[in-house]
Amino acid sequence: MIQNLHVRKKEENRFSLNRRQRKLITSIVAAILLLGIVVVGALLDEDRIATNLIARNLAPSFDHLFGTDWLGRDMFARTIMGLSLSVKVGLIGAIGSTSIALILGMAAATMGKVADRIISWLIDLFLSVPHLVTLILIAFTLGGGFKGIVMGLVLTHWPSLARVIRAEVMQIRSAEYVQISKQLGKSRGWIAVHHILPHLTPQILIGFMLMFPHVILHESAVTFIGLGLSPHEPAIGIILSESMKYLSAGMWWLAFFPGLCLLMIVQTFDRIGENLRLLLDPTKSND
Amino acid sequence: MRKMLLGKLGIFLLLKGLRMLTLLIAICFISFLLVKNSPIDPIQAYIGADMLKVGPEQREKIAEYWGLDQPVMVQFLNWGSALLAGDLGTSMIFRRPVAEIIGERFVNSLVLMITAWVLSGVIGFVMGVLSAMKKDTWIDRLIKWYCYTLASTPTFWMGLLMLIVFAVWLGWFPIGLGVPAGVLAADVTIADRIEHLILPAITLSIIGVANVALHTRQKLIDVLASDYVLFARARGERGFILFWRHGLRNVALPAITLQFAAFGELFGGAVLAEQIFSYPGLGQATVEAGLRGDVPLLLGLVIFSTFFVFAGNLIADLIYYAVDPRTRESRMI
Repeated sequence: MIQNLHVRKKEENRFSLNRRQRKLITSIVAAILLLGIVVVGALLDEDRIATNLIARNLAPSFDHLFGTDWLGRDMFARTIMGLSLSVKVGLIGAIGSTSIALILGMAAATMGKVADRIISWLIDLFLSVPHLVTLILIAFTLGGGFKGIVMGLVLTHWPSLARVIRAEVMQIRSAEYVQISKQLGKSRGWIAVHHILPHLTPQILIGFMLMFPHVILHESAVTFIGLGLSPHEPAIGIILSESMKYLSAGMWWLAFFPGLCLLMIVQTFDRIGENLRLLLDPTKSND
Repeated sequence: MRKMLLGKLGIFLLLKGLRMLTLLIAICFISFLLVKNSPIDPIQAYIGADMLKVGPEQREKIAEYWGLDQPVMVQFLNWGSALLAGDLGTSMIFRRPVAEIIGERFVNSLVLMITAWVLSGVIGFVMGVLSAMKKDTWIDRLIKWYCYTLASTPTFWMGLLMLIVFAVWLGWFPIGLGVPAGVLAADVTIADRIEHLILPAITLSIIGVANVALHTRQKLIDVLASDYVLFARARGERGFILFWRHGLRNVALPAITLQFAAFGELFGGAVLAEQIFSYPGLGQATVEAGLRGDVPLLLGLVIFSTFFVFAGNLIADLIYYAVDPRTRESRMI
């Protein structure tokens, strides 16, 4: 025990911030980085990725950080635009999916046994087909494109979060203050909004942030196989699937940098989500 | 006692089977409706490039031949009864029975998936154990960093990297195709097949490791914090002996069941890996069916993959049920 204390002290001297503060700062920096990418991606106009046949197939250099492709388009600009698109699609998908999870999770826990059975069965239904296959099926049904991929993402990512929310609501439901509130004659809706929803906020926020990376990865995967966003969009999946044709010519930069950036974005989201969990969940904030 | 156990197992299986049946019927129905409402015209997809040669009368004939002019429910019942008889219909792009294609492709996929599954399971388990036993050392930090990075790596990008490094730069492996081009099917040797299997299998294993490793690490850390391990340490047991006697059995079971329960993800990974390495398996067939509007094949694949995932989950449940006495005890109350 005494040894532990000693170690703790040494660490504090070195950083002069406690772990909580450090987590908060890294989260904020990561969030700013992500926001920056979205803003820059939105500000970059089409000119930056215009065809420039003089500068074709260039390896990475200071002029073109990520090199250029076979049409002379600057890969750096394309990648940033692709990332910004990924984040946007991810945002829509994650918001939609989180809402479904919230509504169904709440409904399962508060609307009686029959609703619970039905919703649990529905969750099982979605979990019993491989995720990517469901996505392909939905994207196919809606004829691919932006609508298909977004609907697919929204409709397939909610089950696990819905389970978490359901369990959480069940716990809150049996708490004393909810019972007292019921005795006082408050309606179900009032209790749901005033007693249950505030307790769910951290869970929803964390679930949302941790869902984000999955949504982005699935979007790029489905786009990569050709059932997602249209080939005219500068999406990461499109960039990578186009690069496949040129790999055997040794143009490794076409695939390497965009994928690496996607990986970094996904990891940043994951980091923020984990940090949020540590910051918001009182049982975990001390370890 | 033994008889009672078997009886319980029977009921357990029966309930599982019933649930599977309801889910499967629902999936058949929903996916049928989904596909029916898709904007892709099945007749158009069937005709394909011969569009100009086929007149309106012939189109009607085709629609009539396939029963496409009947109401949706009738079509569903027709399809469902054929399904029960084991007839999944005829694939439009391969012009062969769907069941035959799935069977053939499944063998290919199975080899790939089993290789990747075993590799990722074993390596992941060893990594998790190592990381937990050496907690807070540089090995632990390295493994943790690796797993967190891999967990957010797109599978298809990993495949592309493998392709760049091993097929293009080093030239050790062929780029794509499950069998060499221009060789008769009968002349394909096992060595050829293995050569084309290695890269996709490694890609899938590299990605698949993360989940098992992190899970095993957490479990083993929990086990190592228990009283009996403390006592064992007090008796002087250390390192490998300690793990062998007190850790292995406690962490092996969750790891194995986790692997079985991850069949769905394995399938999803196989779809991407097969697409990149043009490996002729189920995943590639799924993508082809989706891209080219082959409805019977797509439906067959959805149903088949559901079975596949269900089999994995069932095995996971059964292992828990059979090996871990605690799950049985809780059932008896």
